[in-house]
Amino acid sequence: MNAVATEGTKTTYREAMREALREALRSDDRVFLMGEDVGRYGGCFGVSLGLLEEFGPDRVRDTPLSESAFVGAGIGAALAGMRPVVEIMTVNFSLLALDQLLNNAATLLHMSGGQLPVPLVIRMTTGAGRQLAAQHSHSLEGFYAHIPGIRVLAPATLEDARHMLAPALADPDPVVVFEHGSLYNASGELLPPTAPVDLDHAAIRRPGTDISLITYGGSLPKARAAADELAAEGIDAEVIDLRTLRPLDGATVTASVARTHRAVIVDEAWRTGSLAAEVSARIAEESFYDLDAPVERVCSAEVPIPYARQLEEAALPQTADIVAAAHRAVD
Amino acid sequence: MSAARPTTRTGKDSAPPKPGRKTATAERKADTGPPPVGRPDVRRRTDLLTAMLRIRRFEERCVELYSAAKIRGFVHLYIGEEAVAVGVNEALTPEDAVVSTYREHGHALARGLTAEAVMAEMYGKATGCSGGRGGSMHLFDASRRFYGGSAIVAGGLPLAAGLALADRMRGMPRVTCCFFGDGAFAEGEFHETANLAALWNLPLLLVCENNLYAMGTALTREHAQTDLAMRAASYGMPAWAVDGMDVDAVEQSARRAVEGIRAGTGPHFLELRTYRFRAHSMYDPDRYRKKAEIEEWKSRDPIDRLTHLMRDNGELDDSELTRIEQRITDEIDRAVDAAEQAPEEPVEDLLRHVTSTSAEEVSRP
Ligand SMILES: Cc1ncc(C[n+]2csc(CCOP(=O)(O)OP(=O)(O)O)c2C)c(N)n1
Repeated sequence: MNAVATEGTKTTYREAMREALREALRSDDRVFLMGEDVGRYGGCFGVSLGLLEEFGPDRVRDTPLSESAFVGAGIGAALAGMRPVVEIMTVNFSLLALDQLLNNAATLLHMSGGQLPVPLVIRMTTGAGRQLAAQHSHSLEGFYAHIPGIRVLAPATLEDARHMLAPALADPDPVVVFEHGSLYNASGELLPPTAPVDLDHAAIRRPGTDISLITYGGSLPKARAAADELAAEGIDAEVIDLRTLRPLDGATVTASVARTHRAVIVDEAWRTGSLAAEVSARIAEESFYDLDAPVERVCSAEVPIPYARQLEEAALPQTADIVAAAHRAVD
Repeated sequence: MSAARPTTRTGKDSAPPKPGRKTATAERKADTGPPPVGRPDVRRRTDLLTAMLRIRRFEERCVELYSAAKIRGFVHLYIGEEAVAVGVNEALTPEDAVVSTYREHGHALARGLTAEAVMAEMYGKATGCSGGRGGSMHLFDASRRFYGGSAIVAGGLPLAAGLALADRMRGMPRVTCCFFGDGAFAEGEFHETANLAALWNLPLLLVCENNLYAMGTALTREHAQTDLAMRAASYGMPAWAVDGMDVDAVEQSARRAVEGIRAGTGPHFLELRTYRFRAHSMYDPDRYRKKAEIEEWKSRDPIDRLTHLMRDNGELDDSELTRIEQRITDEIDRAVDAAEQAPEEPVEDLLRHVTSTSAEEVSRP
């Protein structure tokens, strides 16, 4: 089964994701991959490279540029007993299929009185940092986390990239997986899983006692870097990776704030109406008396992400911004 | 996939003529339709008449119940279009799938949903076919492969392609039938789906119910080219226009399409020329249509038409008709009684069916 060594070996986020897809295609013949350029091109980010040769064009299925039709077709195929993994090139383009995702995938189970679960996985990239300008750079995870009836995942580590897909496919309901474009080249040693990835709980990526840095997806490396800088100054930051954005694991956040009494939320989306706003509101509701300082948020500037490098950098949350926010909370 | 297309299309000996450039001019004269494939016998005609009458009477009762505020929400009546649902359903088997719209009472009843389950749903009762979560616009029955009621115009089309895709990938000889209106034909989702279905040779029957209006917008105001069958044919699929007021013609064209689909020749498109005798919904004062136009279409009432035909042939007499009507009335009476008596789902169950693990736990900090 495991022809390719996947554990304890050096790998990239991209390869980990590909290995997860390969395993899914191998272990269940109901699984198929569908999307624009997933086959012959190898996936627009190279994730599915080689899978067409291995599994053939029926199961690694290139689609026309028809986001609504192929996402909807994924929903229909899921209803009819298949386990489609649908890839949308980026979250920006997913808006052309938002009707299918929201009005069908997320809604059919309820509208049918429980008769029609939709076991579908939708993968898409998100995020900025590669000078791709506004229509290829946005972080709309919060839009999807707003919708009851779907699960929203944001794998931020090699381990999650490698091991989240199997439980996502086992979920009887639609699962949307966000892969931050800047993570694909991240490399490191893939550790063997100690347990199946738990899709219901946030992960504490670095325990700490002085402040909670709460984040997800592409901002995790920045939060970790900030924690390292803070540690050098003697500030012990806890880093929480939300990783499941819906349903949100508030309990882990609450418990962390109860220990540290301070919180900085890092979210690459725009601050207004963001997931950071939701987390912040929950802390206000549940942890108000634990707080020793106002909640800080580090989000993107309220501007369509610009092309020019210095403007893009200025628009996005950076490690220095996180460190500064932590200082405001601690000082 | 595209590479496999030519071989799949030509590989079947019994395949009807291949679509394509040469046949892209759809057989689009209304009232002609395809040649008959054997006239139905008396029994069959009686069944068709009964099925249409059942839908008509059910909806007439809905009007009364709506006026009495027993049922609420948007209610879109199918009155006048019954021949479409009944004729098409005749060509399908229980293994096939049906995807429908918000004007789906007729499709649901023709598909075999009980009047009781549909009526209870209109009442919002727990015993309704969607557990009271859907109402008139969202009727579902997984056991009958009725993937019902989408209220997003054209939203069911991609989903139908997916059902057909699953069947094709697993080699199951099933057909997915998707109903939609002329309004839906203007949406991108129709065109994306038609392209995808033809490209992948999917076993999909696209049934456009052209009733000449999308709410208040007439066909000529919504389509630059109003010959819908011809446009569908441009995707490389067999497509023809049929008199949707003639249940025989509907059934025969649907049979021919379904046979073609089962033979592996990919999606087929039917434009059924029909008319709704009532307003778009219960809220619609119907100011955009001329009385004369409505009357002229009513003179082609598919139920009257079949009744007259059967009477002229000596296949139906008054006592038989009375018997049929009585059976239908009894069934609807029972459905209304049952809906009145049926329990409501308790409010404590509000969050059920959001995810498969019952109430979604959106845990709080
Ligand atoms: C995407 C979308 N746009 C608009 C509407 C509002 N709407 C409901 S029915 C309808 C007309 C649809 O006409 P058609 O497809 O011809 O179906 P018919 O009602 O004639 O059966 C409109 C505009 C909707 N439900 N969905």
